[in-house]
Amino acid sequence: MSKAYLGIDIGSISTKGVIIDGKNEIIAKEYLWTEGNPVYAVKRLIKLLESQIDTDKHKVVSVGTTGSARKLIGVITDASVVKNEITAHAIGTLSIYPNVRTIFEIGGQDSKIILIENGVVVDYAMNSLCAAGTGAFLSSQAHRLGVEVEDFGKIALTSKKPTQIAARCTVFAESDLVHKAQIGHKKEDIIAGLCQAVVSNYLNNVGKGKKIISPVIFQGGVSKNQGVKKAFEDTIGHEVIVDPDGHLTGALGVAIIAKKSGIERDFDFNIADIDFITKGVECSKCSNNCEIICVYKEDELIDAWGNKCDKGAIRIHVKA
Amino acid sequence: MSRYKVSFPHLGNYYIPLEILFTEGLEVDYIIPPSVTKRTLELGTRYSPDAVCAPFKYTLGNFIETLELGANTLVQAGGVCRLGYYGELDEQILRDLGYDVKFVNFAKTRISKPSTFYDKFKEINPNLSLNRIAKILPLVLKMVEYIDEIEDYVRKNIGFEVEKGSFDSLHEEFLESLEKVRTKPELNNTYQKYLNLFKGIKLKKPKRPLMVGIVGEYYTIMEPFSNHYIEKELAQKGIVVDRWMNVSNSLLHRPVKKVREHIKNYAKYDMGATSMYTIDKTLEFAKKKYDGVIHVKSSGCTPEIDAMPVLQNISSDHKIPILYFSFDTQTSDTGIQTRLEAFYDMIIMRKEKDNE
Repeated sequence: MSKAYLGIDIGSISTKGVIIDGKNEIIAKEYLWTEGNPVYAVKRLIKLLESQIDTDKHKVVSVGTTGSARKLIGVITDASVVKNEITAHAIGTLSIYPNVRTIFEIGGQDSKIILIENGVVVDYAMNSLCAAGTGAFLSSQAHRLGVEVEDFGKIALTSKKPTQIAARCTVFAESDLVHKAQIGHKKEDIIAGLCQAVVSNYLNNVGKGKKIISPVIFQGGVSKNQGVKKAFEDTIGHEVIVDPDGHLTGALGVAIIAKKSGIERDFDFNIADIDFITKGVECSKCSNNCEIICVYKEDELIDAWGNKCDKGAIRIHVKA
Repeated sequence: MSRYKVSFPHLGNYYIPLEILFTEGLEVDYIIPPSVTKRTLELGTRYSPDAVCAPFKYTLGNFIETLELGANTLVQAGGVCRLGYYGELDEQILRDLGYDVKFVNFAKTRISKPSTFYDKFKEINPNLSLNRIAKILPLVLKMVEYIDEIEDYVRKNIGFEVEKGSFDSLHEEFLESLEKVRTKPELNNTYQKYLNLFKGIKLKKPKRPLMVGIVGEYYTIMEPFSNHYIEKELAQKGIVVDRWMNVSNSLLHRPVKKVREHIKNYAKYDMGATSMYTIDKTLEFAKKKYDGVIHVKSSGCTPEIDAMPVLQNISSDHKIPILYFSFDTQTSDTGIQTRLEAFYDMIIMRKEKDNE
């Protein structure tokens, strides 16, 4: 029996998981929608991953979680490592492209840029305050235009004269888009214009002041959109690489980090059948009114967090 | 008005010397604002213009909270950015809300003209005794310096305490003792006593620990709630946190000329408020080979926005990573923690690489 490692990346829109072997080779991978319920999404994910591996041959000994629900899922899966998505993406990408210099990542709610030199992250930035130009924006505009977001890229590539769309802010972009549509711009031109708006928004905000050096790897859900990929290439003037498994990089990265951590305890795929409940409790001990998240496993409190000070601390009785 | 009950918004732990200045020097009551919490921010946000900088919202919230506690005289500071307009706007908003309050606005005072301060103090208490103020002022200023000195030591060492919580509980004790101090000898004794106690706290510090400098806008950098306790978060990861910005350094010792000389290759003109100090200290941290710098500001703070391109130049010239935070009225910590964690991972990986 050989050791295997599970990495889970739970984003706002999609949940990704991989199982790797001791040589960082992916032996199982899965991708599904989070649908606002990360616990349920992870349960389904674990079942699907289990069915892809030979459990007599591979034994998962360590779990890593990343993405915006990493803490909650880390508790539920008894993860060895809970890691932020910036580090996870960097490690995952470096394992496939050791020479990478720049990573663009545009996900459902956030976007980031990671700069790498000699295999080490030297700078990064994430969008602040506002989700303009992310996947959520593209899906809502696709809906408005009556096309599937999956077809966006294909349609964008047919445009000969992309429409100029204000890129600074989602609200401005949206009203500009409506205006351009009403004065008769072609749908494919508007869609291509939107892809360009996403790119200029990204480069002007997240990428501001950052030196973009190739090789550039483009990841996250939006990287599947060929229109955005092309707009990036047109703007920065060199090739942008989109890996077919690019959406799995965060999960891959955190699986590698879990492996490196050396913290091992056998993972039980049966957690998919266990009930986990989370409750938000408002602490009333001062006017901060912190929301404390309590996680229960079959009625037993297993973890709690969210308090700003010690007054709101909930102690967990750890069984010896 | 029978008795003056004065208050000034919270900024770090300076409420202690302020209380002494007002009660002993000006012979008025002083109302210490409640600690800044979510409620402070909610109150301030509700009655502030939406686009105003976050410190205005916090301080307005603090004013309302002290009015609820019976304050009848409010004091606001001035400064060379939007802070210069805070007082007038605060006063108007509070009047519109129906508060009958005396508002003393220090925006028109000039450090070069001490009599302007005297005029303002007279507004707070027309019967004030100049002698009393002259007697207490040196104590107040010295106390500010001691608080700053001790807190500097705390920031640099709290991440390495052997027993968790030793620094926090001693710090709390130190502040409580300061509240009782009324004379210079008392102050010096308290300071000496606690300095020794702090130095006596057992540390487990590596030979070359990670060092991070914090720079940025006046209020957000000094009021920990408004920066989501970023210094604490950093220190807990085992980092020496270095912050030059405090009242002693920036107001009492104002090194304006020196700063201009230091940064002349990067910036020629003063861009207002704390921008020049931000540039100067970032450059200094870079030259001292710190592992990283964190820049904090309230969203929309113009002087600090102007400083950012300069910081980017320093970052690329000296190969020092800089993380930028812009705080507004959001209260969720998740996004901040993600960025801080990534910053920590980055500087530690860079260090490992350098050591290879």
